[in-house]
Formats: sequence, C-alpha cells, structure tokens
Amino acid sequence: MRAGLTKTFAVLGAAGLLAVSACGNSDDGGSGDTATKDVTVFTWWADGGEKAGLDGLVSVFKTDCKDYNFVNSAVAGGAGSNAKQVLANDLQAGKPPSTFQAHAGAELKDYINAGQVDDVSGLYKDFGLDKAFPQNLIDQLTVDGKIYSIPANVHRANVVWASPAVLQKAKIDATKAPANVDAWIADLQKLQAAGVKAPLAISKGFAQEMLVEAVLLGELGTDTFNGLWDGKTDWAGANVTAALNKYKTLLSFTNADRETIDWPDALGYVNKGQAGYTLMGDWVAAQQLADKVPDSAYTYWPSPGTAGTFQFLADSFTLPTNGQNPEGTKCWLKTVGSAEGQKAFNTKKGSIPARSDANPADYPKYQQVAMADWKSNKIAGSCAHGSSCSAGQNNDILSALSQFSGAQDVAKLQTALGAALKTS
Amino acid sequence: MHGRIRTWGPGALVLLPTVLLLGYFVYGLIAWSFNTSLTDRHTARKGPADYVGFENYVNLFGEERFLNSLKNLGVLTVAFIVGTLIFGVLWALLLEKGVPGESIFRSVFLFPMAISMIASGVVWAWLLNPSQGEDARGLNRLFETLHLGFLENPWWTAGNRWTTMASIALPAVWQLSGYIMALFLAGFRGIPGELREAARVDGASEFKLYRHVLFPQLSPIALSALIILGHMSLKLFDLIYAITGPNQFRTEVPAVYMWNTLLRSDQAKAAAIAIVMLAVVAVLVIPYVAYTVRQEAEE
Repeated sequence: MRAGLTKTFAVLGAAGLLAVSACGNSDDGGSGDTATKDVTVFTWWADGGEKAGLDGLVSVFKTDCKDYNFVNSAVAGGAGSNAKQVLANDLQAGKPPSTFQAHAGAELKDYINAGQVDDVSGLYKDFGLDKAFPQNLIDQLTVDGKIYSIPANVHRANVVWASPAVLQKAKIDATKAPANVDAWIADLQKLQAAGVKAPLAISKGFAQEMLVEAVLLGELGTDTFNGLWDGKTDWAGANVTAALNKYKTLLSFTNADRETIDWPDALGYVNKGQAGYTLMGDWVAAQQLADKVPDSAYTYWPSPGTAGTFQFLADSFTLPTNGQNPEGTKCWLKTVGSAEGQKAFNTKKGSIPARSDANPADYPKYQQVAMADWKSNKIAGSCAHGSSCSAGQNNDILSALSQFSGAQDVAKLQTALGAALKTS
Repeated sequence: MHGRIRTWGPGALVLLPTVLLLGYFVYGLIAWSFNTSLTDRHTARKGPADYVGFENYVNLFGEERFLNSLKNLGVLTVAFIVGTLIFGVLWALLLEKGVPGESIFRSVFLFPMAISMIASGVVWAWLLNPSQGEDARGLNRLFETLHLGFLENPWWTAGNRWTTMASIALPAVWQLSGYIMALFLAGFRGIPGELREAARVDGASEFKLYRHVLFPQLSPIALSALIILGHMSLKLFDLIYAITGPNQFRTEVPAVYMWNTLLRSDQAKAAAIAIVMLAVVAVLVIPYVAYTVRQEAEE
C-alpha cells in the first residue's frame, strides 16, 4: 500500500514537472533575438485574387524593408468572419499581431474604444499620404480628428450588374441605367411580365444590406445619406420611410432562396440568364474575369439614382497598441501606402488604389472606369462594409434585415435601423 | 489516525486533479462569467468595470431579439426531442423484432451521429433550399421529381416559428435518432426473456406485452434520453450557424446570440446570456441528478 502511495506521488510529481517545463519552453520561444525583426501581418486574404494581391504587396515590402521579415498570419473565411474572432482573442490576450487588416472607417471604432490601435495621422504626414489620398477619403477615415489606419485599396459598393441577353426579353437597353429607383422598379415589372420570374438576384446577409443602402443613397442623395451614419439625418423621417417601402417593392422581385445563397450564386443567376440584375460591389469584376465570362455577357452601372456618387469601402492596415516591432510595422504601413505597393496589390486583387496618382493604363478595363469615377465623384460611406458604422451596429442592422426579409414590416425595420445606430 | 488516512488518502489523491481542474475550469469560470454579467463591461477595454447589479438581465428580458431567441429555442427543443424519440423508438422496435441484416441497419441508423454537426449543417443548408416548383433544389427538388409537390415548403425561411424551427430540428433529428435507437435497443435486450414468456403464457397480446411489461422497464432509459437530448438542444449552435449563418433573426437561439454579442466585445451582455442558458439547462439537469442520487441511495 505504501509503495502504491509513493508511486502515485511520483506520477503526479512527474506530471507537474512536465507542465512546468512545457511553460518554460514556450516562453523561451517568444523572446528570441530574431523575433524583433518579424512583422506579423494578420489578414483574411488566404486565397484567390486576394492572396495574389497580398503576395504582390509582400514582394514590394521585401525590397523596401530589407531589415525585416514578413510573417504571414492569414486566417481563411469570407469577409473575415473567422479572422475577426481569432483577432479578438489575440487582442484580448494582449498579444496583438504587428499589424492587422480592418475595413477603413467607423468599423475601427470598437478597437479605438478598447484602446487597441494607435493614431497614425503622424505617418500620413511622414509618408506624404495626406497629399496622395483624396481629401474626401481622408475625411471619411478621420474619427474625432485622428486617423487609425492606412488604406491599401478602394472598392465600390453601389454597382448593379446586368445581363443584356435577359433585358432584351423586355426590350430594355442594358447599357443605360434607370434614372431612379422607380424607373428601375418599372423595368423589373416589364421583365416579370416578359417571363423572368425573379429578375433581381440577391443573396443573404450583407447583400441585402447593400441593396437597402443603395436605395437609401439613390432616394436621399449623398449628403443626406452620409448623415444617416453620423447622426445628422433622422432615421425616423418620411423620406426614409418612402425609401424603405421601395426596398420592400424591390425585394418582391427577388429570388425565393435569397436567405440561403451567397453573392457568387446570385451573380450566377445573372450569368445563366435566370435573372436580369444583381447588386454587388465591384469585386464582381475580378470574379467575372476569373470565371472567364466574356465582356459582352454583362454590363454594369451605378445603382439607380446614385450616378455621380462613389460608395466606397477600403481594406486598411493598423498600428496596434503595444504591438511587437512597431518600427517594422511602420515600414509595412509605408509599403501599403506607397505608389508601388498599391499598384502591386490592386492590379492583382481587382480593386483600385486609394492614391489619386496611379496610372490607369496599368489596370484592367473595369478598374479604369472606376478610377476615373473615384477622382470625380462624391464619396459615400457604407455600413455593410464598415466605413460608416461599427461592427456592433452592423450586427444589429443585419439582424433587423433578416427579420424584415420574412415579416416585411417597414415601420418595424425603420425603428430597428434607427435603434441600431444609437448603440455603440 | 494513520490507518484512516491510508483508507481514504489514495482515493482523495486520485480525485484531487479532477477536483482542481473542474473547480477552476468549470465552476470557477461559471463564477467569473456570473461576475462579468453583473458589470458594465460592454467593450474590450481592460481595467476596472462598475457593478450594475442585474441591469444586463433586465435589459435582456426587455429585448425583442433575446425573447425571440428564447421562443425559438423552446420550439426547437420540443420539435427535436419529440422527433428524435419517435424515430429512435420506432427503429428500436423494428430491429428488436428481428430483421435480416440487423447489424447493417443498426450501423446505417447510427452512422449520422459520427458526422460533426458543422459538416452535416453545410450539407443540410443545401438540402433545405427554399426554392419551389421548376427552380426547386435540394429536398424540394426530390419531392418535385417524385411528383410529391405538396410536400415542398420554404423550410426555415417560412414565416411561422414552428415550420422554421422544425426545419432546423430536422437535421438534428436525423443525426441523433440512431443514438436513441441504440439506447432503447440495449434496453429491450437487457430485459430477461423469462418476463416475455411469462406474459405470453398469461395470454398477454403483443401490444399489452409492450405497453405493460416492456416499456415500464425502460423508463430510466427514456429519462436519460430525454436529458441527453434536452441539454443538447439547449446548447445547439454549430448546426444553426452552418445552416443559416450569423445574424439570422428567424432562427437565432441564445447560443448564437451570445456568440454574436461576444464578437462585438459586449462581454457583460454575452456573460448574462451564458448565465441564462446555464439556468435553463440547470432546470432540466438538476432534478435528474437529484433523482439518480436518490435512486442510488435506495439501492
């Protein structure tokens, strides 16, 4: 019996020693000399054009910042759905990556409020970015007089993609955008009369949010629309009610399985001739190129009523508070903002550079049009893609829209949207 | 004195790691969550937080979204338990009567349980496509092809809560019925053959045999099944997340809502939802534990 007891102690002791030594090992690994050279870049660009864009950026970083090592810390998953969870854990544990990807603008509020990212306005001056980026973009990025990230690219959200072949069935000219939402609804009615059952293809979640935003933008105008997000426009107004009613009408022209498909499926309905239109950001252009859909098979224009307005979203990089190797991170941020860096990234990802000094000839056909618009148009933000509201507000809006997709109660939706913007 | 330590000492020593680990990782963290749920820690900011009493709970129960998630959970649990018990008992009865190739059927019915819910959820998301008629896909396509058009329905995108949550329960029923079958089958096999023979000699019909002799013997199994299914349903997250995605009002249950809340760093509210979920599970499990302890004491 005594021997048994001794053995038990021995086993427990050994287990304890193992546990202690395991801890010791991991500590040693974290504080080596080489660690200070590493720049850990956290993104959700794990494959496709996004990965290619990141690789382009890295090759520029390797020449410009020879003193540092790039360490890829990408987490796969559409629009960062998984990555954001992983990032939240790392930040909470006080172990931020050297820099992380985030949508530029108000979506950073959560990190700012939590004291997890540093002000980088100083770097804008150091790198000359305050002159290279358009002033109205800088205005959209500024939160309480400070800027917390450097954008790598710009995407446009308010784009409708149309199939000329389908529109031909109702003798609609696919090259010309309807003047406003009402004219679009009239065209949708014509298409339905011509036998296209669900002429407007749409998918779940953020795609419906983008459609609401496009209708609000078209009906209210750019300034009033931007006011919805910064509190200058009243969500309870009659103009908002009218716009939401038009959104409800638009939903009646959409596919029954809208809650169960993703945007590439909705685009597929257009490409296969089952639907006339879909509304989606201009990453569709890169997708169409990748899928080898011929240029003649689709057209695109700003969503009805929003011509002359560029509803933007931008991927950007931050400087986390107390991150490892802030000097290396600044060099990465310099690469991200530089003309070569933006060219290497955007020609591959299918977006346009945030800088206004880029040469359009370096880019494919769609991007050339977008670059011209980016220079001349008014700029609007987007909640669905983080430039105008925080992650929490976006979460509430998505929930309200999924409820609306079933119950179709406009008054309730309007109240819920107003309430969502009042939270943080 | 020395002798007494020798009797209980080794046992206590063996239990000690478990007690310590459970004490910290389960009960300690429950206490931690409860503590967080009483504060105003609504961002990820570190540092001290103020105590606000039960404000987070009061807010939760005044919120349409949370009440909706609780109602969804109630309907889901009823649909899941009833569905699984019906199929599980039915299959157990059929196999118990003896069929050729019984082991094959047993494996076929049990097999879905081996699949992780997140994986089966992805497949069921395709099967439960709400398109009907010519455009039908998934299960609706199957019905369409078999000329059973009247069975087609919008599944979880239907407006009413019962259809919606029963559609979500469907994959869970499919996965767990085999397990319930195995439980009941083992129960049936454990009943001594003499009992059946005695009943038959006394002239009991087959129905009466099951109703008055066999089923009463299975009540402990039925109770265990109920508890296992009940607590699984109350915690269900992965299946719903895979089928409908986050932020889907119509199918949201507290577990999904908690995840959403935590993702926006509202730690106090997320902790409050977690504690409400724990309370709901406790209502189910504690009477069961009390019952088993009493049973064991009697034996």
